[in-house]
Amino acid sequence: MVAEKFDVVVVGAGLAGTAAAYTLAKAGVKTLLVERGDYPGSKNVMGGVIYRQPLEKILPGWWREAPIERPVAEESIWILTEDSAVKVGYRSERFAEEPYNAFTVLRAKFDKWFADKAVEAGAVLVTETVVEDVLRHNGQIVGVRTNRPDGDIAAHVVIAADGVNSLLSQKVGLHGELPPDRVALAVKEIIQLGTQKIDERFTLENGEGATIELFGDATLGMLGYGFIYTNKDTLSVGLGVLLSQLIARKVTPNYLLERFKAHPMVRRLLADGEQKEYMAHLIPEGGWPQIPPLYAPGYLVVGDAAGMVNGAFREGSNYAAISGKLAALTAIEALERGDFGRAMMARYVERLQESFIADDLAGYSRLSRFAHQNPHLLTAYPRLLCDAAHALLTVDGTPKRLKFAEIVRKALRQRPPLALARDVAGALRARP
Amino acid sequence: MLATREAPPTAQLGTPVEDKLYNVRFKTDETASHLIIVNQELCVRCDDKPCTYFCPVAVYKWEPGVQRITVGYEKCVECGACRIGCPPHNIAWRYPRGGFGCQYKNG
Repeated sequence: MVAEKFDVVVVGAGLAGTAAAYTLAKAGVKTLLVERGDYPGSKNVMGGVIYRQPLEKILPGWWREAPIERPVAEESIWILTEDSAVKVGYRSERFAEEPYNAFTVLRAKFDKWFADKAVEAGAVLVTETVVEDVLRHNGQIVGVRTNRPDGDIAAHVVIAADGVNSLLSQKVGLHGELPPDRVALAVKEIIQLGTQKIDERFTLENGEGATIELFGDATLGMLGYGFIYTNKDTLSVGLGVLLSQLIARKVTPNYLLERFKAHPMVRRLLADGEQKEYMAHLIPEGGWPQIPPLYAPGYLVVGDAAGMVNGAFREGSNYAAISGKLAALTAIEALERGDFGRAMMARYVERLQESFIADDLAGYSRLSRFAHQNPHLLTAYPRLLCDAAHALLTVDGTPKRLKFAEIVRKALRQRPPLALARDVAGALRARP
Repeated sequence: MLATREAPPTAQLGTPVEDKLYNVRFKTDETASHLIIVNQELCVRCDDKPCTYFCPVAVYKWEPGVQRITVGYEKCVECGACRIGCPPHNIAWRYPRGGFGCQYKNG
């Protein structure tokens, strides 16, 4: 297929892989970016929020020309029971002004644009190509084997950006299969609504956007959350739940999604919308209790393939892009020294430890473990919060003093003092 | 009216997933399935057959007459959940051949 030899082969043209390929090509490194889809982005899914600042470190001013949907001016969390919601949100005019904090994006469009940038910088992109295995020589990884005839490609460094289903690292022997309680299954729909309706329903103007994350009844109390993100003239509507809990609950993901869309707090926002696209994707879950094996001689792992997702803060695309850059810097240093051994590849992990990624993911693993061990959090507390708000706001001739006493009594019936204290202490210990 | 919003797993609500898949673009590899059940005997003995409900596009269907799970790989959106969630790890999962499978327009 490609007769030349490359310095670096990057497997997968998502955010991590393309960030790596762009950084390498900019530095004059001969780089091949391999994508299995028809075009970069054709297989890629996320909820839809990308942050400005981390990507500036790779492509300054990227958001001025990238295909973004809306800058995010308002972020809300809704805690749901069957018929009620406690809503918390933050909106700022400063988030609605340049240079902005975050944007909603559609990955099929965004990733295509980003990969074009890597190609402009000098990377070679091949699509419709699956990497089946790595090539090995004397314990060193020296390239990849693709599904194409004569599809072996030699390289000094292979960067695995093959996503959550990282079969490549399993072949390399870095890890086995992920267990069902370490991944979330997310389903999402694009719902066409029109710019004007979106602006009116979400009280937006001048192209600004809003995000809502919905907990509790949104997922039948399972670990995870629903989301509604505003795009230009569509909504991204979906939910993600821990695969192990979904299996135990014996519901279909589509049933969960339809149930979520029919929730009285949600259906009003979607009314008269037209379903445009349905998709599903896995999200690696659980952070890093310790840093997983992310390298072998001549081999580096980035992005979702490395489990770099912080579910609680819906961050992952920024870790992906930064890890791609850090892997690229490691490969550049290795090429300069002509050393692709274990110690040189370990420099990548040192770079991750110096960045915010390792710190964030260690923190998230504590939070995630706490949530796993306390499955009542997303059932007991939404009920408790909504009941308290309901009692407090209902005018029925009861004096306020008695109302507060009743709320406390009811709360303590649901979570006795010791259990409540345990939850609070656990949450404090688990905070990021 | 919404006394209970919990429903049995078979309950149909809103749009069936089969209808939603009309909006997804697929390029089907007619030559071979990228999803293969390694040993159908294990499926017969599998109590819950969870693949028949947790797959987000209902690729897997239990056919009681022939005592087999059928695999509708042509509508697979390549999420990987079946590979991880199958209790006896009985599904050989590959990516579709390059350029085949689902092609998202939005993602």
